[in-house]
Amino acid sequence: MDLKSEPGAFYKYLLPVFLIIGLLILWQILCTLFEIPVWLLPSPGRIITSTVKWARFLPMHTGVTLYETVAGFFLSLVIGLPLAILVVYSAVLRNTIYPILLVFQSVPKVAIAPLFLIWIGYGEMSKVLIAAIVAFFPIVVNTATGLESVEPEILELSRSLHATKLQIFFKIRFPWALPHIFSGMKVAISLAVVGAVIGEFVGSDRGLGYLILAASGEMNTALIFGVMAILALVGIVTFTAIALLEKWICPWYIESGVRE
Amino acid sequence: MKPNDVFILIRDLRKEYRTRSAEKVLALEDVNLSISENEFVTVVGRSGCGKSTLLKLIAGILPASRGEISINGIPVSEPRKDVGMVFQSPVLLPWRNVIENILFPIEIMKFHTGEYQGKARKLLDLVGLSGFEKKVPRELSGGMQQRVSICRSLIHDPNILLMDEPFGALDAMTRDELGLELTRIWQQEKKTVLFVTHSIPEAVFLGDRVVVMSPRPGRVVKVVPIHLTRPRSIDMEFTDEFKNYVLEIRESIYADS
Repeated sequence: MDLKSEPGAFYKYLLPVFLIIGLLILWQILCTLFEIPVWLLPSPGRIITSTVKWARFLPMHTGVTLYETVAGFFLSLVIGLPLAILVVYSAVLRNTIYPILLVFQSVPKVAIAPLFLIWIGYGEMSKVLIAAIVAFFPIVVNTATGLESVEPEILELSRSLHATKLQIFFKIRFPWALPHIFSGMKVAISLAVVGAVIGEFVGSDRGLGYLILAASGEMNTALIFGVMAILALVGIVTFTAIALLEKWICPWYIESGVRE
Repeated sequence: MKPNDVFILIRDLRKEYRTRSAEKVLALEDVNLSISENEFVTVVGRSGCGKSTLLKLIAGILPASRGEISINGIPVSEPRKDVGMVFQSPVLLPWRNVIENILFPIEIMKFHTGEYQGKARKLLDLVGLSGFEKKVPRELSGGMQQRVSICRSLIHDPNILLMDEPFGALDAMTRDELGLELTRIWQQEKKTVLFVTHSIPEAVFLGDRVVVMSPRPGRVVKVVPIHLTRPRSIDMEFTDEFKNYVLEIRESIYADS
């Protein structure tokens, strides 16, 4: 990349990277200078060495959390999409389902998690379900909003051509809603990570959430930080996957957004 | 044009709406109008005079509260496929390219889109957009998008073209340009056009007759036949004849309020 021809590139990409590196160095210096105990605040170097010590266990725990996140996300999609369509197409369902959803949404999901453990058990399935219920609300809301955001003129035009309901759905409403659905999915995937970790906190014997709990039991603060970094990575990777999928499926939307 | 040849007949038309707060709004009352085949009729009036409602009633996508509309002697009772519609915004589907957008009505009616490719290209050529087939809407200017939507309204060769302030969102220059193009297309394709606008000069420039409507409730105040020669040209707007038409229509709009 020619930085001279594009002065924005420096500020956009390099500056944040430099800033993060600078902060890490400062962190390292402060920890060493003031001899802060490792159990209180480990230095970046210490975090890396402690985490590397656990390296051979990390892939398994990461895989478990990743699986719970992704499976939970897909489950929320499978439930959320049809639910949104029902809500949009039926006034009766809209008036009955929406209030229930709102009540359900106002219950903190951490409070529901123990119930799922009782009902479904200790395994990964309960975490998948918790991730799904945490994630599915934005999918429902965004999909419903998207389906209803179609410009009325295009519907009038379709009506004048005797379009069937199926045609209107597949040729207009659904593609029209796709950008909204994707923004719902981006929120949902981030929430699914949170859901999976909540599930693991409540009760499990593997996964990154479990690892954090176990590390805190041993006052292994450095490992906690390390696992936090991995969790952040899981979040970034899954989010990026969806952003890329969006770019591939609805390029017309992404590019018009960048242009404006 | 044979003036006796009534193609669209509107008799004692009345349309009432109910708003969300269940209030009754009288959009149209006692509207009577007859339109000949291949006539270009423009409708002017202030906002809220039911111009758009009138178009929707003719298209059959709204039912009348009372009165009757008949096209070629047949009462309008359901949406009519032989109607092309153009709106103020182009409402193209952003994920489809120009050709796919133009072929949209063909697809909805389950005709063979392949057979209409040629026709779509011909229409594009007619509006000066040859070579833009594969562009997507966001790559086009507002005027170009509206041209594409005009092509879309003509693809299934409708008898009637209903246009609801189609140039309302465009800049003055593009407006003039598209007006000229539209009259050219109309002379070539032979359609009956109902064109709603709130620009009096535009109504005079385009129409064989100008229908003046008054708001609340929408009523026909006056119908002004325009005897300017065809094809029309921009210069005509500076003639006394043109200015007199504009004055006459303006007076009838303001006299009512």
